[in-house]
Amino acid sequence: MATAIRSRRCTGGWICGGTSDLPVTQGQIVRRIVKPVVFVAALLPLAVLVQDGFSDGLGANPVETVTHRTGLTALVLLLATLTVTPARDLTGLGALATLRRPLGLFAFFYASLHFLTYVVDQTYLSGLGLSPVAVWEDIRKRPYITLGFSGFVLLIPLAVTSTKGWIKRLGALRWRRLHRLVYAAGALAVLHFLWLVKADVRLPLMFGAVLGVLLLYRVGGGRRAPRRDGRLRP
Amino acid sequence: MLIRRPDDIPASEITDECVYESRREFLAQAGLLAAVAAGASLLPGRVWAAGARAGGQIDKLTPLKDVISYNNFYEFGTGKDDPEKHAGSLKTRPWTVAVEGEVTRPRSFDIDELWRMYPPEERVYRLRCVEAWSMVIPWLGFPLRDLLNAVEPTSQAKFVEFTTLYDPAQMPGQRRDILPWPYVEGLRLDEAMHPLAILALGLYGKALPNQNGAPVRLVVPWKYGFKNIKSIVRIRLVREQPRATWNAVAPREYGFYANVNPTVDHPRWSQARERRIGELRKRDTLMFNGYGDQVASLYRGMDLRRDF
Repeated sequence: MATAIRSRRCTGGWICGGTSDLPVTQGQIVRRIVKPVVFVAALLPLAVLVQDGFSDGLGANPVETVTHRTGLTALVLLLATLTVTPARDLTGLGALATLRRPLGLFAFFYASLHFLTYVVDQTYLSGLGLSPVAVWEDIRKRPYITLGFSGFVLLIPLAVTSTKGWIKRLGALRWRRLHRLVYAAGALAVLHFLWLVKADVRLPLMFGAVLGVLLLYRVGGGRRAPRRDGRLRP
Repeated sequence: MLIRRPDDIPASEITDECVYESRREFLAQAGLLAAVAAGASLLPGRVWAAGARAGGQIDKLTPLKDVISYNNFYEFGTGKDDPEKHAGSLKTRPWTVAVEGEVTRPRSFDIDELWRMYPPEERVYRLRCVEAWSMVIPWLGFPLRDLLNAVEPTSQAKFVEFTTLYDPAQMPGQRRDILPWPYVEGLRLDEAMHPLAILALGLYGKALPNQNGAPVRLVVPWKYGFKNIKSIVRIRLVREQPRATWNAVAPREYGFYANVNPTVDHPRWSQARERRIGELRKRDTLMFNGYGDQVASLYRGMDLRRDF
């Protein structure tokens, strides 16, 4: 997905307007303020979930609530991940790019919780043992589960290769190509959501629209952006 | 047509003592004891836990707080918690139910008149939602057939069509075309005349909360929950099969009959098991929701895979 980390250092002196002796770079602002806020925001859904779990706040159908909340959070964070690059381009705050990896990993984390909840529901809570075969059968049999599962599987290599070491190992160009899979994962997640609702398709369609806009931005903008410098690969 | 008498319910279907006791306990806790005592004359005291132990599984009453906070009532929003939040805008007095169509004596019933004419009895029924969750609810209701008999269906009457109130001012969910409003449901006449089919006026010893379909709703315990149409304003006896809302919206997913059937899956999910609200582990879904002894004869000779 997108470029390797590219921190465009600006002088940022304009931000502190000379009241201080030390100029603060936008990189520092992102690191010290934006990043912590994003981390807290990304962990908040989990904190609320745990708190509700201990205070009888998950409603009449707790398994359903956990499934829905983790899935919804994963989707929101996935879209937030995809928003980072356009946001960086539009604001010119190069340091924002450093948010992409943690956001993507948080999305993967919630998707894992979502999948785990589903597996426990299908096995232990259905009176069946932990039978991978039964889970696999269910994944195959129910199309919206097939879609959701496919999206989750696509995220696994992206999470694994999210480190700087992997960027180096793969080379920026190949790494970037691999990480375009995130759009496929997003599309699968939206279809998964769309297919499971009974009649009220407003929310999944909204997510689909956001994903579409982000994808269009990349398709259109990716070409003109000078990003194909593509880091040396023999 | 053979209509089974209520007394045909086998002994195994009678509430067992621990369930009965827990019901008392609950009512006491909820501070409803006084209300129930006051209304005792209204309640002939017959409790049908039609299946305190159906299929070898024990049924306990679903806590009132869950019964009134986890609802599908799209007229007030599509979230499970929307009806509790938004149903306050529904005005249930005055309220009339028109009973008309292929009948000799069409007439309207005022809701208070219904309470007087058909003093409700308590019926503990399992409710199985098509979404694979279920509850056990002590309804206050009376047999639908009592009302139908009062208007004398003609020989032309083959089906019964029910219609929910249409008033977007009171029912905010109707301001969006999530479903074609108003909500309509239907039964074959013999299903409607079955003694287990009731019109419910209350639950847990009190009048229905708005989110549960006040002031009067259908309860047909052997069918999926969506058949149990809420806030009814019209009951029409008709010749043709009514255009039931979910059936019309997605005929492959929601049949007209919608009998609870663990062997016929919803196209998108299994119906073999269900989660009883209040329990984590799912349990097996029973054919006709465990009421097969009473209702299976209605469907003799029918292919329930085709007419699901």
